[in-house]
Amino acid sequence: MNKGAKKTLIKLVVAVPLMFAFGFALVPLYDVFCEVTGLNGKVFQSEHSDDLIAEQGRPLSLQFISTNNENMPWKFEPSVKVLKIETGKYYTATFSVKNTTNKKMTAQAVPSVAPSNAAAHLKKLECFCFEKQELMPGEEALLPVKLLVSNELPSNIKNVILSYTIFDITDYNDIELASNQIVME
Amino acid sequence: MSAVIENHHEDHDHGPAKGITRWLYTTNHKDIGTLYLWFSFAMFLIGGAMAMIIRAELFQPGMQIVEPEFYNQMITLHGLIMIFGGVMPAFVGLANWLVPMMIGAPDMALPRMNNLSFWILPFAFLILLSSLFMEGGAPNFGWTFYAPLSTTYAPPSVTFFIFSVHIMGASSIMGAINVVVTIMNMRAPGVGLMKMPLFVWSWLITAYLLIAVMPVLAGAVTMMLMDIHFGTSFFNAAGGGDPVLFQHIFWFFGHPEVYIMILPAFGIVSHIIETFSRKQLFGYSSMVWAMLSIAILSFVVWAHHMFTVGLPLAAEIFFMWATMLIAVPTGVKVFNWVATMFRGSLTFETPMLFAIAFVVLFTIGGLSGLMLAIVPADFQYHDTYFVVAHFHYVLVPGAIFSIMAAVYYWIPKWSGNMYDERLGKLHFWLSFVGVNVTFFPQHFIGLAGMPRRYPDYSLQFADWNMVSSVGAFLFGFSQLLFLFIVLKTVMGGKKATSQVWDGARGLEWTVASPAPYHTFSTPPKVD
Repeated sequence: MNKGAKKTLIKLVVAVPLMFAFGFALVPLYDVFCEVTGLNGKVFQSEHSDDLIAEQGRPLSLQFISTNNENMPWKFEPSVKVLKIETGKYYTATFSVKNTTNKKMTAQAVPSVAPSNAAAHLKKLECFCFEKQELMPGEEALLPVKLLVSNELPSNIKNVILSYTIFDITDYNDIELASNQIVME
Repeated sequence: MSAVIENHHEDHDHGPAKGITRWLYTTNHKDIGTLYLWFSFAMFLIGGAMAMIIRAELFQPGMQIVEPEFYNQMITLHGLIMIFGGVMPAFVGLANWLVPMMIGAPDMALPRMNNLSFWILPFAFLILLSSLFMEGGAPNFGWTFYAPLSTTYAPPSVTFFIFSVHIMGASSIMGAINVVVTIMNMRAPGVGLMKMPLFVWSWLITAYLLIAVMPVLAGAVTMMLMDIHFGTSFFNAAGGGDPVLFQHIFWFFGHPEVYIMILPAFGIVSHIIETFSRKQLFGYSSMVWAMLSIAILSFVVWAHHMFTVGLPLAAEIFFMWATMLIAVPTGVKVFNWVATMFRGSLTFETPMLFAIAFVVLFTIGGLSGLMLAIVPADFQYHDTYFVVAHFHYVLVPGAIFSIMAAVYYWIPKWSGNMYDERLGKLHFWLSFVGVNVTFFPQHFIGLAGMPRRYPDYSLQFADWNMVSSVGAFLFGFSQLLFLFIVLKTVMGGKKATSQVWDGARGLEWTVASPAPYHTFSTPPKVD
């Protein structure tokens, strides 16, 4: 093999693991991309800020949806289905949850917001979705979410839907739920 | 298979070894090309048999022949085998045979790796096919193996599937590296980049695409493996992962893969149309630039496979326009092929018939692709038989017709014998009619709303499905004629001259027919 061929070969052989790594790099890149653009309807925890509070807000209806992931036997429902709110004010909504089984279980709720361009304007101070929920057999709980819809919400949006899917993660107990622990401005 | 040839030009030359070891240990690009081509033919017949089962089940509404679970395994294996076992190895086989001869090189740059990249392939497919006999059956989640269908809900055999995809990937990557190193470093003096035959150009670009995306596919299946066995949550929403992420990674591989399966076809068809038009190809450099732009664009259009997952509007518009942009270089190519034929002194031998059918039918497939690129229309067409019709139009009368055309065109050079022209034409017309009767009606049932990947359907789709099945049986069984023609040619027939076709250009036509075991041990003179 001549010198040129060896050079080409080395370049290509290096390219292969780099592209393999790139495939894995797509995972965090994808999260960062969603975070920056607010796509995917992902909502992250935000800190309290007086700037967000507005005297004169717009009326808005905030709808809650709860879904059980397959094989998740818990009862999981919003306390109210629709909340008439104003932008720029804090509200607390609750979801009732009950472990209907006879064994101790751990659950995780994963939020999503529709329309997706509203996600960046929905600020959550507290949310049960930021942590795991552990319930004893038959135990019930009222799970709070404290939130504010910023005044900068695009004016064509009159209705925001906040949905939660609850997953049984009893078997995944040791796994860090990284994607829900990112703190955003 | 090519006979043993005495070569009188070089004293130290020797023919191939005798017996099975010739094929096991061979490092000769022609032997390996032959192995690849026969392997791909075998896979084509196996994948084709699966297609026959699918069409037999769909002949009438209701469940007649197979269980739904088995039907799902058939559609999955049909897709995987045709793509990774049929089309891709066939193109690698053609590259092995032709690239060294076209650029005046004595062999591929890395002959031992060449042997390895072929010989791991049968094992990959043995593993994949063996999953049919495993508990829980073969993979049943479609060739796109979307998570969580392929992770949480997959049969246990999915691990074997993952391993076999790893092996296929390794084989393709090694093949691609070999092609790039050969083309970049072993061209005969005087063969500049812009003087390379278009098949060589098409393979150079294809090889780069393979090196870029096959490792990403390997990454995707590795993540699946980790999700299934090692408790990670790449694609598992319960653990903070995201199933949509799988689709992004898969199609980042999947869309360039589509062009991997069509670019070499562009090269082949350019040669054949040029030869049988007896004119120089129209617009050589624009052909090269068109292929390069298609390859580059292929990296920024992946999400058009996912318009319905809930992409934001801005992304849908971007991917729609980027996808439509691909029609421009593709249109340039179709224009050039037609312009080459314009006022040429055309003859219609079998390879030319396949090549012209390629241009016409591939364009139909391209146009239905353009329709699918329109976001609002795609919401309607997504996952219907319209999509099935689209990709079969670009893959069967596209990629596969080009491979058949290539076999008819170069088999005199490979075997030293002319094929039977009458049988070849018969094979063409049976295939041409069969393909259109099979896939054209699928446009109609797709637009009418029949979803893909179901073993049963509503009554209003019955008539066109029956027509489609009849066409499929015609197309399927006429491929046995192809097998017969190839075998007949290899075993004997009218002797071919070294020029073979009076209008053919290129270095491969300057060597004897059949091509000696070793060619261009001393580089040829090219002006």
